[in-house]
Amino acid sequence: MTDTNIKQPTEQDVYILAIESSCDETAAAVVKNGREVLSNVISSQIAIHTLYGGVVPELASRKHIEKINQVIEEALKEAGVTLKDITAIAVTYGPGLVGALLVGVSAAKAISFATGIPLIGVHHIEGHISANYIENKELEPPFVCLVASGGHSHLVVVKDYGEYEIIGRTRDDAAGEAFDKVARAIGLGYPGGPKIDKLSKEGNPDAIHFPRAVIAENEYDFSFSGLKSAVLNYLNGCQMKGEEVNAADVAASFQKAVIDVLVDHSVHAVKEYKFDKFAIAGGVASNSSLRNALAEECKKKGIDFYHPSPIYCTDNAAMIGVAGYYEYLKGVRDGYDLNAVPNLKLGER
Amino acid sequence: MKILGLDSSGMVAGVAIVEDGLLLAEYTTNYKKTHSQTLLPMLDELRNMIELDINSIDAIAVAAGPGSFTGLRIGAATAKGLGLALDKPLVEVPTLEGLAYNLCGCTQLVCPLMDARRNQVYNGIYEFVREGEQYRLRAVAPQCAADICEVIEKLNALGREVIFLGDGVPVYQKVIREKMIVPYSFAPASNNRQRAASVAALGEEYFREGKIVSAADHQPEYLRKAQAERERAEQERAGA
Repeated sequence: MTDTNIKQPTEQDVYILAIESSCDETAAAVVKNGREVLSNVISSQIAIHTLYGGVVPELASRKHIEKINQVIEEALKEAGVTLKDITAIAVTYGPGLVGALLVGVSAAKAISFATGIPLIGVHHIEGHISANYIENKELEPPFVCLVASGGHSHLVVVKDYGEYEIIGRTRDDAAGEAFDKVARAIGLGYPGGPKIDKLSKEGNPDAIHFPRAVIAENEYDFSFSGLKSAVLNYLNGCQMKGEEVNAADVAASFQKAVIDVLVDHSVHAVKEYKFDKFAIAGGVASNSSLRNALAEECKKKGIDFYHPSPIYCTDNAAMIGVAGYYEYLKGVRDGYDLNAVPNLKLGER
Repeated sequence: MKILGLDSSGMVAGVAIVEDGLLLAEYTTNYKKTHSQTLLPMLDELRNMIELDINSIDAIAVAAGPGSFTGLRIGAATAKGLGLALDKPLVEVPTLEGLAYNLCGCTQLVCPLMDARRNQVYNGIYEFVREGEQYRLRAVAPQCAADICEVIEKLNALGREVIFLGDGVPVYQKVIREKMIVPYSFAPASNNRQRAASVAALGEEYFREGKIVSAADHQPEYLRKAQAERERAEQERAGA
């Protein structure tokens, strides 16, 4: 540690050590006063899971246990702090893969036990939403947030810090899941999101018309399995007819179908709930075409559009530190019996 | 010297503190709650009961596998978190050695069995050899995953009396009764499952011998690949 890096924590400063291991990234971060990221260390497992075409839970868990200490130590070191400076430890306790979550939760609890530093269990999606606070210092609730990732597609009204109302959710596949499945079908492999995003730039989004599902009972809900099936049927049809498939056109047309629905629902919700702020979060939020489409539509409708940098969209611990900070301020503390909750609902504890 | 022992490799959750050859506290539960809900709360109770300064421990001995994958990882992550925060090393005690150590000093062969599912048992064959005033654990056959019949054949060939213990006993009792030729018995309730006191006591020995790892480096010995890895290897063999 260099001398210039030594932080002198004042009484008001809150340093959160955050740990995230809910899926295939082992991550730790140190966040100061809820908005300043001092370190954000991520050990990605993508290379391993690529071999299997998707995340293998047991392998993810094994990798987490291998990396957890190095990642935490690096996060502390990079931030120029030690555990003595840490005000609270925030850890993702759900939703996610139970075996993967348990690694972070168990390590966080043990550190809390050994040091007496308070422990705060954080909801993974709350973390994704909170990622928006890192680079948008002026952003404060209330606003509408679209959370789209490999495991989640939610339209959320963020009423206050830590207070959420889910107004729309997916009926079947998550948006990112549809990306992964379609990517596999057109031979792009895992992870599908970035690969489709890239290939789409070379294709015509209006080449093939894929369906946009509308849910009668709830206008904000999503459904992506019909779209995925339509893509698979299209590919099968081409194969039977001996027609060559233009993968770039399929990717672009599929992506446009997903984006149309996400943009339409989102903008509609912001207007209907009479907010003027809208944010996106989750791995799919790093999709460049989605960001452009939302930026354009929000501008047209006079809505302030917020989004995190791609590094804070995909799984990371900085976002957990931010969410943990606001839970800390609210007085949330967890005990040594904190358990991983794989299907944890947003806004519930 | 003070050693904290942790075992969450099977149904049992156990925590214990051994100091210079003396057990200061031990807490064992064999209950359906997940180790995530039991292990650390138990350690907390133990700490309060004996007014333990957790900083005073010299090392953390942990049942390092085999066992339930998730159980092993809860133990490992707990030990690693403690090691990181306290800046103390870890001692990896192979789960079956820890189990065998429950019966330290007996002259029979000791054969711990853990149900490994898929028609296999995690097993090892151990004996105790006296050195001066103390018995030391020696592996006749080190821990591995195998068919129970292979284990029984090995034991019959060794021709010595055997004591069985572990959660594999109730699963394979019938086969054992049918196929064991040499005399055998089953260990009693007081020591027929994992005990953190054994992990800590054996851990103390290993610590003296310098067998330590850094908290960062520890990971469980699963003795088994993940299902996806096995299937992938099989596919590759079939394809080759």
